[in-house]
Amino acid sequence: MAEELIPIFIMGKKYMVPPSLTIMKAMEYAGYQLIRGVGCRGGFCGACATVYRLAGDYRLQIGLACQTVVEPGMYLAQIPFYPAYRADYYLQEMEPTFQTLVKTYPELLRCLSCGTCTKVCPQDIDVKQYMADAMRGDIAAVADRSFDCIMCGLCVSRCPAEEVQPNIAILCRRLYGKYLAPKAEHLAERVAEIEAGQFDDDVAKMKNLSKEELRKMYNERDIEPE
Amino acid sequence: MSYTPEMRESINKVEATRPARLHETFPMMSPQEKQTILEKFHPDYRAEGMREIRVGVSKGHRMPLELADVMEGASHLTSDTLDLEQIDYDTDVLVIGGGGAGSSAALLARENGAKVIIANKLRHGDANTMMAQGGIQAADKPNDSPAIHYLDVMGGGHFANYPDLVEALVKDAPLVIKWLEDLGCMFDKEPDGTMKTIHGGGTSRKRMHSARDYSGAEIMRTLRDEVRSYPEDITVLEFAPAIELIMDDKGQVAGAVLLNMETGEHLVVRAKCTILATGGSGRLHYQGFATTNHYGATGDGLVLAYRVGAKLAFLDTMQYHPTGAAYPEQIVGLLVTEKVRGLGAQVCNMDGNQFVYPRETRDVESSALIRECAERGKGVMTPSGMVGVWLDSPMIDVLHGPGTVEKELPAMVRQFGRFDIDITKEPMLVYPTLHYQNGGISLKPDGSTDVPNLFAAGEISGGVHGRNRLMGNSLLEITVFGRRAGKAAALRAKEVKLGKLTLSHVDKWQQELEEAGIENLIKSPILLPDYRRKLR
Repeated sequence: MAEELIPIFIMGKKYMVPPSLTIMKAMEYAGYQLIRGVGCRGGFCGACATVYRLAGDYRLQIGLACQTVVEPGMYLAQIPFYPAYRADYYLQEMEPTFQTLVKTYPELLRCLSCGTCTKVCPQDIDVKQYMADAMRGDIAAVADRSFDCIMCGLCVSRCPAEEVQPNIAILCRRLYGKYLAPKAEHLAERVAEIEAGQFDDDVAKMKNLSKEELRKMYNERDIEPE
Repeated sequence: MSYTPEMRESINKVEATRPARLHETFPMMSPQEKQTILEKFHPDYRAEGMREIRVGVSKGHRMPLELADVMEGASHLTSDTLDLEQIDYDTDVLVIGGGGAGSSAALLARENGAKVIIANKLRHGDANTMMAQGGIQAADKPNDSPAIHYLDVMGGGHFANYPDLVEALVKDAPLVIKWLEDLGCMFDKEPDGTMKTIHGGGTSRKRMHSARDYSGAEIMRTLRDEVRSYPEDITVLEFAPAIELIMDDKGQVAGAVLLNMETGEHLVVRAKCTILATGGSGRLHYQGFATTNHYGATGDGLVLAYRVGAKLAFLDTMQYHPTGAAYPEQIVGLLVTEKVRGLGAQVCNMDGNQFVYPRETRDVESSALIRECAERGKGVMTPSGMVGVWLDSPMIDVLHGPGTVEKELPAMVRQFGRFDIDITKEPMLVYPTLHYQNGGISLKPDGSTDVPNLFAAGEISGGVHGRNRLMGNSLLEITVFGRRAGKAAALRAKEVKLGKLTLSHVDKWQQELEEAGIENLIKSPILLPDYRRKLR
């Protein structure tokens, strides 16, 4: 039995679509060849940020078009791009400090902690909290809390203090990764060994093995236990 | 959207067998068993799914029907469509495609003195890189070495890989991890800084580095942010795919014609060297499979390169990822990272029984899942007619402690959570999905091709992985060869003297198509898949 179609409104225009479709597939069902507002189609890239209201409900809802199923009366628009200022910086010339954050994004201190950003995040990130962390200079906390950010820009679009939360967050993540996270010593050692040519002969030997010799070696290799 | 009563019954069986299974290791297949199962069940071996390409320098090369149609396509242009004297952008290195490979290439090209333009079809960072979840391989632990990594890569690739490319891959691997660490990538680490590394399919050492299960996204957004630090040297164009390469009258590649997707304007980019980094082709849906790939993965770069005479390799093998989501219907085909199995989750049939070692190489694992459903009838049906088997994720918390799934696989928890499925408590339903283009443009270790001034890097290329890629070697390939191609292109650009720009190769191509009697030509590259329903 075919599904009974339901009405949705794409930028105010009514279309009848199957109720099991995601917003993205519903737009394509309606006939849109999407160019903006599509990316990975899997919830990772932030291209398809969508805002909508449901019939008879004043509340503003958000979702990723590729992951959100349509509902009868859904009244939607996509936000495929929102102007978000990114400061110019060279990571290698920065220090992982509060002063750096404030110098790079002075508007950081305008944050009102109103929580609108948290309400509107499709990844359920506590954006308000990481902005509070940033205002205290706790770069590691910002890095941890903001990690799942797909930089869709919904928070930017709604922020009354005109912040650019995702850009502040990625600066913190990079500062953390480069300066605050402990370095992998074994990695630096291995890099030095490789650059000194220590593995050249071993790999050259492997390259000279015949397919049969390689096959034998492969079938007999020992596997590191779990 | 959560599970139907029938599916729940099957899940109950999975839960019943779990305590015993925690101590069971299903045996790995012998080489003969592997070969047999591939021949009987792997989509590559379905002869009706492939055909030979009828034109071009690699005429006779077998590839999926859908790809052959696109590769035999006509150009969007003729040689006199545009006045090539009117140049919109003039640069040292043009990078076509700004994913992990393209962005790595741009950074290294700039470092080696080149002015760079990156032309993106969609946004900068809209690439398969952004969706890669599991991790990136590198032999940087004391119990491991590039030689051991080499052996794993060759074995996974059925010993068909090009040795020089594998050598480059495994020796550059630790260097690339260090580079990413220095750029600020947040790899999973122990408190003392030691990289947390796990197994993947086909690995003999735990050398998979990850950033939770957003490994690709972490790498992509870091590279993208770094590129944005150099606006004077690297110009990033968006919604401007290349629709044809430009050559000069000396037979060198000399740039490309870009199409502004939003205005329809054509742009002429003159470049001393051109790097193709357009990624994969999953959106061509070979054999009707769903895909993990992003919207723009339509094999554009293959079409462009082939028209100027670049040779192809290993396009008769596509990688199907064993665990694509099979339920709910809204996310069918999307990637469920191999890291789930790397953390110990087992694959179970409708009766809750294991039927394959969880970490065979992807081609073997996929074949086993297909066999379990198709031949043995032990798959679980979904209301939409999809079939799948269970990936027992709750086991992970039992093996490694509560909270492990949430900590190590946040993207998966979120993806299924949106549809009311809690993967920390309930298994996921999975089935093979079209994932990766093992082959492509034939490459040298420095990223150059046979065509003068044309370079390539990443999923678009063929030879590194032989006939099957291992998990974690794609994020590795894009950074290793992206960097190599960027550097080589920048150095080569210093010596290049371009002649008069021409699109005469487009006319020659059209002639070749006509002489081969190829009719009903589609125009290619197709740029985007068309998912619209047929309207009146």
